[in-house]
Amino acid sequence: MSVQVRLFAVARELAGADVVSLELPALGTVRDLRAALAAEVPALAEILPHVLFAIDSQYVAEESVVPDGIEVACIPPVSGG
Amino acid sequence: MVGITTQPLETSALLREVGSDNAGAVVLFLGTTRSLTNGRRTASLDYECHADMARDKLAELEAEARRRWSLEGCAIVHRVGHVPIGEASVAVAVSTPHRQAAFEAGQWLIDTLKQVVPIWKKENWADGESQWVHPGLNAPSEPSK
Repeated sequence: MSVQVRLFAVARELAGADVVSLELPALGTVRDLRAALAAEVPALAEILPHVLFAIDSQYVAEESVVPDGIEVACIPPVSGG
Repeated sequence: MVGITTQPLETSALLREVGSDNAGAVVLFLGTTRSLTNGRRTASLDYECHADMARDKLAELEAEARRRWSLEGCAIVHRVGHVPIGEASVAVAVSTPHRQAAFEAGQWLIDTLKQVVPIWKKENWADGESQWVHPGLNAPSEPSK
């Protein structure tokens, strides 16, 4: 299945892209997505252990299954305020 | 009321927004852009956000604050884009019947915003370098909060 990952801030700059498309196995989890993103964009590998992922405005847990075709947001540590 | 804007924050409009005849207290918090961080001079800041998620998270924070405290009014607005030094990047305004709840709710809102809302700042240092601020990621020049 395929998912789109939206990147922000340092992740966007390291990748040189706003969006990355990934292929995941059926019933792939956030853990699988994290590994697939590191493989697809090696420049992100160093920061990926520190980012969260969100679907439909909600942070998702490592074991959550990623729905097919969904857009996932890659959220590096936030610094608003 | 919550919002994300690229425009300078209008504090008088926020105070009107939370104004209520039932309020005995209004607390307005402004986060402003600081020129010195750990001794290094900042020329300006740029803020980026995940706009849809940021608005949703701000609305969740308002709803949770209304559950925890008896709020008459609540307004949370974050500015994004380029922000010069000395200007407000975020505003939290709450009104309550009595002041203790207004202080507590205002503090909880800004503290929680800084932990969960997907907004990022980039320091444009006066020496010409720029650096995204990601607490825990770039510890060497991470600003104190």
